[in-house]
Amino acid sequence: MTNISVEDITGDAPQQEPRTDWKQYFSFSTDHKVIGIQYIVTAFILFLVGGIFAMIIRGELITPESDLVDRSVYNAMFTMHGTVMLFGWTFPILTGFANYFVPLMIGARDMAFPRLNAVAFWMIPIAAILLMASFFVPGGPAQAGWWSYPPVSLQNPTGNLINGEVIWLLAVAISGVSSIMGAINFVTTIVKMRAPGMTFFRTPIFVWNVFSAQIIQLFGLPVLTAGAVMLLLDLTVGTSFFDPTKGGDPVLFQHFFWFYSHPAVYVIILPVFGVFSEIFPVFARKPLFGYKIVAISSLLIAGVSGIVWVHHLYVSGTPGWMRLFFMLTTMFVSVPTGIKVFAWTATIWGGKLRFDTPMLFAFGALILFVFAGITGITLSSVPIDVHVNNTYYVVGHFHYVLYGTVTMGMFAAIYFWFPKMTGRMYYEGLGKLHFWLAFIGTNLNFFPMHPLGLQGMLRRVSSYAPEYEFWNIIASIGGFLLGVSTLPFILNMIGSWIHGEQAPKNPWRAIGLEWLVASPPPVENFEEIPVVVSEPYGYGKSEPLVAEH
Amino acid sequence: MKIRNILILSAIAILLAAVSLWIGQWTYSWMPPQAAAESHLVDKLFSFLITLGAFIFLGVTGTLIYSAIFHRAEQYDTSDGPPIEGNITLEIVWTAIPVLLVFWIATYSYQIYEQMGIQGPMEAMHIHIPIGMRSASAAPINGDAGIVSASPTSSIVSTDATSNVIAFEDIEVNAKQWAWVFRYPEKGITSTELHLPVNHRIRLAMQSEDVLHGFYIPAFRVKQDIIPNRNIDFEFTPIRIGKYELTDSEFSGTYFATMRANVVVESPEDYKKWLAEAANRKPCTANNQAASEYAQESKELIKGWVTVAPAQAPVVNYSN
Ligand code: HEM
Ligand SMILES: [Cu+2]
Ligand SMILES: [Cu+2]
Repeated sequence: MTNISVEDITGDAPQQEPRTDWKQYFSFSTDHKVIGIQYIVTAFILFLVGGIFAMIIRGELITPESDLVDRSVYNAMFTMHGTVMLFGWTFPILTGFANYFVPLMIGARDMAFPRLNAVAFWMIPIAAILLMASFFVPGGPAQAGWWSYPPVSLQNPTGNLINGEVIWLLAVAISGVSSIMGAINFVTTIVKMRAPGMTFFRTPIFVWNVFSAQIIQLFGLPVLTAGAVMLLLDLTVGTSFFDPTKGGDPVLFQHFFWFYSHPAVYVIILPVFGVFSEIFPVFARKPLFGYKIVAISSLLIAGVSGIVWVHHLYVSGTPGWMRLFFMLTTMFVSVPTGIKVFAWTATIWGGKLRFDTPMLFAFGALILFVFAGITGITLSSVPIDVHVNNTYYVVGHFHYVLYGTVTMGMFAAIYFWFPKMTGRMYYEGLGKLHFWLAFIGTNLNFFPMHPLGLQGMLRRVSSYAPEYEFWNIIASIGGFLLGVSTLPFILNMIGSWIHGEQAPKNPWRAIGLEWLVASPPPVENFEEIPVVVSEPYGYGKSEPLVAEH
Repeated sequence: MKIRNILILSAIAILLAAVSLWIGQWTYSWMPPQAAAESHLVDKLFSFLITLGAFIFLGVTGTLIYSAIFHRAEQYDTSDGPPIEGNITLEIVWTAIPVLLVFWIATYSYQIYEQMGIQGPMEAMHIHIPIGMRSASAAPINGDAGIVSASPTSSIVSTDATSNVIAFEDIEVNAKQWAWVFRYPEKGITSTELHLPVNHRIRLAMQSEDVLHGFYIPAFRVKQDIIPNRNIDFEFTPIRIGKYELTDSEFSGTYFATMRANVVVESPEDYKKWLAEAANRKPCTANNQAASEYAQESKELIKGWVTVAPAQAPVVNYSN
């Protein structure tokens, strides 16, 4: 019985008790749902770790002088902050959601390679522990920024073979291998394991986006890994790929690095676009506007993202023709992205909107994303980038993406699917409080970075000229507010996982295969594999999603 | 569409355009003083992009917020909205318009880029004519030639498309962890302060002794990485007398934040005077913040780790 209509859910009795066996989350489970939650919880813990580093950064920057931590500690802080936030928070949490929901959404019982899936997950805590251990080696952790550009990253003041930079490279490599395993698994699962009747154009947008993102991983990660291995060799056995004193070329590393790391931002943002595309139709009660073109845009973004990386090298001694070519390609990314933004806006327009916490977060994140998009266009223009490159303008831009859009989007996803994953409802009041603290905090923290950057304040500085103080104080206040905003979230998650109201199968009256199974779903997901008979997002059309059996 | 709707939409568009134009004008005040010919060009381009961006931002978020206010579901209304799945015309329009905008923005950026004549390194290596690009010379350079030829350190080398006389001022820049040294080759003067004659095209030959550094003067809107073992040529034209700041823009290690220098733009007469005075000074060791911090016990609350030692504090004729 699948016709999602109002009557449908009234008869929805609470399902089975949520599994009480918490030990499974500490085991080598091969269930994609357990692995999904393992990823999500691990990622959130690392988000808090990265957040503590961010608080120290903002604490140092609240005054112009370097007075809180030593300069070497400051450099370690932003290096670790960036690294943990990207490799510890955004990638793992997105992999977590993809793990949990891709099989459910396409009507599969598990991922294609469950054991590989578990191995890939367990590499993340290993990489994280390694990274944290680097605080205790002589010379401290890596201090060359998350780009780790040589020659700075090759300077090894302690002379030890085991040093922060070596450990950093190993941790990044482990996380990279884990992602490659994940990518193979996701692509295979999505191509091979869709339920009967689920053609590509009946697949939910979240799945389209995960697919596009994982394709990027497949072509990009080997390049980054190669670059990292070459850097490691330079650092440990004295090869000279990037070392200019021995005839190496430091700029070559930048190409290796950004060839992957630019597309990586689309690996991060695409699944969030997927989350938006799932949430807006549900809370506007309308079909996703322009479903097909939105789906294709994801692939287009993935494709174009492979040929834009040189926009990070505009001032690195790049010849004019390259600057101009990559300016044009970069600007073109805004076309498929714009299509999506317009499609979401049209989905919301004229709907019957309801602002539960998931919608609040997604809606707020969309507004912040549009802002980030505007500053992104200015950055793609060579003459402007020449001025603001490596300044706080860039830091402001990418935090509107990484906090404002990705992190807020992930919170939207957590609230949206929390009932499905735990079988419990979260507390709406705490959720709304979390939203408002996060939305205000994001703007207070990251907006001031734009005027600072335009005025010429550089990133990665532990002290700065006194005329930049005003906006830095505002930013720090916003930063601390963001720190505080996680408290109601943690309270909410722990409290409602233990005491929350039982969640029905489909609390949002949403259309999708994952909402046809119990909350939380049984181990095998579907008693019988469903046969899909229509496009997703059929809100207002009262047509069944799957065939009666 | 009803006439009324068209009128309302046009009114909104005009209002948005007016607000965006106003924001675009406002952008000039967000920037440092316009101290180089390049800064006028960059600021003009930025203003244009923000005007366009503001229009799009206000249009999209305005629509969203309007919906959020006026398209709410009633409390007990559980029905669905209209099942509109798309609209081909609309979708084509909102694909075509961004494509056109991209071409527009890219072309305009390209024109500005050409006018700035920011040279990629090596491209203009020791060729004393601007290659194909119109330089962002300080306009107009009038009757300056007399001064130029009187000054032993400058030479008239070329004329650009608009036939302005461009006087090149060649200066060597040396970057190291963590200090800047400027060398005026003709007189063999070294300095930790960068002095520049106003309204002259400056040409720098930049080198780094150790890691990547970045040459950045916010008031000039110019920036260029300096790559060890490579000669990087770089050009710009200061047009406003005053004192500015040069900073290192590419992260260069522990004392990165201390790697700053004063930039003094002065009239050609003052500049000549300064050169003459500096030439008479005996070289001595300049103050260097990184070196003195390194020598001292760190004063911060949390102490740090072993770090790369700063290079020798520079020995120069002139330091501040
Ligand atoms: C409370 C929230 C946050 C605050 C206050 C914050 C603050 C900052 C600041 C001030 C910097 C610049 C450091 C410097 O250049 O000296 C920075 C860098 C960075 N942040 Fe955040 N951030 C936050 C959250 C995030 C999140 C959620 C992400 C990613 C998902 C992220 C990713 C990064 C990255 C990649 C860098 C660049 C590091 C580098 O330059 O090597 N941040 N952050
Ligand atoms: Cu990029
Ligand atoms: Cu430097």
